[in-house]
Amino acid sequence: MRPPREQRRAAVWGGLVTAVLAALIVAGSRNLNHFDAALVGYTFATLFAAFAITYRYSMWLQRPPTRMYWRRGWSVFLTPRFIGGNLVEAVRRLTLSFAANRFIFRRGRLRGAAHWLIMWGCVLAAAITFPLVWGWIHFETVPGRLDRYQIYLFGFPAQSFAVHSVIGFVIFHGLVWSALLVIAGVMLAFRRRMVDHAAVSLQQFAQDVMPLLLLFAISVTGLMLTASYTWMKGYAYDFLAILHAITVILTLLYLPFGKLFHIFQRPAQIGVSFYKDAGSREPAARCRRCGMAYAPAMMVRDLIGVERDLGFAYEMDAADGAAHYQEICPRCRRAMFGLAQAGAWSEGLTARLAGDKD
Amino acid sequence: MAKPAELHFFIDPNRCIGCQACVQACTECDTHRGESMIHLEFIDRAASTQTVPVVCMHCEQPTCAEVCPADAIKRTGDGVVQSARKPRCIACGNCVVACPFGVPELYEDRQIMMKCDMCYDRTSVGKKPMCATVCPSQALFFGTLDQIGQLRPLSEPVNQFRFGHQVISTRVFMMMPGGLVGHRPLVDVTAAMQDRPRERAIRLTPATTDPFSQVEV
Repeated sequence: MRPPREQRRAAVWGGLVTAVLAALIVAGSRNLNHFDAALVGYTFATLFAAFAITYRYSMWLQRPPTRMYWRRGWSVFLTPRFIGGNLVEAVRRLTLSFAANRFIFRRGRLRGAAHWLIMWGCVLAAAITFPLVWGWIHFETVPGRLDRYQIYLFGFPAQSFAVHSVIGFVIFHGLVWSALLVIAGVMLAFRRRMVDHAAVSLQQFAQDVMPLLLLFAISVTGLMLTASYTWMKGYAYDFLAILHAITVILTLLYLPFGKLFHIFQRPAQIGVSFYKDAGSREPAARCRRCGMAYAPAMMVRDLIGVERDLGFAYEMDAADGAAHYQEICPRCRRAMFGLAQAGAWSEGLTARLAGDKD
Repeated sequence: MAKPAELHFFIDPNRCIGCQACVQACTECDTHRGESMIHLEFIDRAASTQTVPVVCMHCEQPTCAEVCPADAIKRTGDGVVQSARKPRCIACGNCVVACPFGVPELYEDRQIMMKCDMCYDRTSVGKKPMCATVCPSQALFFGTLDQIGQLRPLSEPVNQFRFGHQVISTRVFMMMPGGLVGHRPLVDVTAAMQDRPRERAIRLTPATTDPFSQVEV
């Protein structure tokens, strides 16, 4: 049987992105000249992750509410009249929300600190390892200067630095710093998951605990590699290298399926904020029952469309023609909930009293 | 851990005396500590003392979850619709506008939607939700169908609600008059569109029948 259209479309997008990444690996490593064969396992894991993440992202975008926000978000962001202000605002919101994690710190200081440490540790590690794995970055000694290294990015020479310098030390130990950040964040997150009653009752192993274990395993085995070659004359280095590779590859395989997929979903928050900006410039929808403003009219219109796409039938027969339940504000919905019960009891009591009289 | 299957939530707004105990107790729950997730609504405060406590009804097919663009709202196997998953919620507010019962709340500063989750840290270990624990009139009751049947022999728990042409089934029950349920096994919420609460003025017309003869205690 042929898979549904959504799945075929998602598979095509997944295949396309994987093919582009593979082509970029070949181009960036200059026909694999700078590709490290020892990292081939990582490369295939990243290619698989690219396919699966794109597939899931595409499936996600095809859900009616997501599709609506995706289209509307880009449409309002790219409106020529507001594009300049939107670009400035996008930078500000990206900085506050993503670089500083402001909204997560507001949920809790320790929670914010844990996320911030894990996030920046992972960002730093990804910025180093992915280009290395794909052969997009490599180091060569400067001809005639054995004490200097030249960085090549995508095959083009970039900055050079002294091997035995502070910069050299910082660059060569980049993954150590990232591991320390991640371990500190994971410790804080695990502490919360052990003592917080809410977290204990809601957490699921595969969704909430597994990613922390994986990140911890990557960081610890990575640090053990450094410890092995720095202080232990390479003791058990091959074993540790394989162990580290297994943890990284497992995480890459887990990336599209579990909690870490929020890395790719989360930027939608910025699109939603511009959609809200556009909605606030329009007149608000007024409740059909109480007449009070309760939501942007654009949002209510779009939501009615989404609900119809999903098969909901909240249409009502009103005295003045067709109406929709979404045109009633949440407060009136709650009031009607109580009134419906009270009305039924009054009706019942009246019927009983009438019965008594008969 | 999951909510025991034999325990259910029953809501009986007619019994609500508007004491706000549920509102205060709700803030104590660990899953939304400091924030009350229950709505205690005065239907028309100027004209009536009628109040209605509204908790999440935990729909079988939750509209909030269906319209969530981030796929952040999940229903656990025991039928409890949880608050938005924090890593996913993008604070769009779709759930707030879409919920037929008007339950979810959006916290823009934290970029998160929160709602009544039936005090999951408590119910998942067999305890009552905070609101049902403190409700003095048992407008909010948590127990078995047998228990509520013994307590309210004239009432019938109903968990089907009509909104326009849409019928929604829920895990939480509303207590409705027993005799009517056979004819109309659902609560028609939109039929109450034009209803207004009873006036609080006290009528001094003597009753012809004993008004307490049908009252449950």
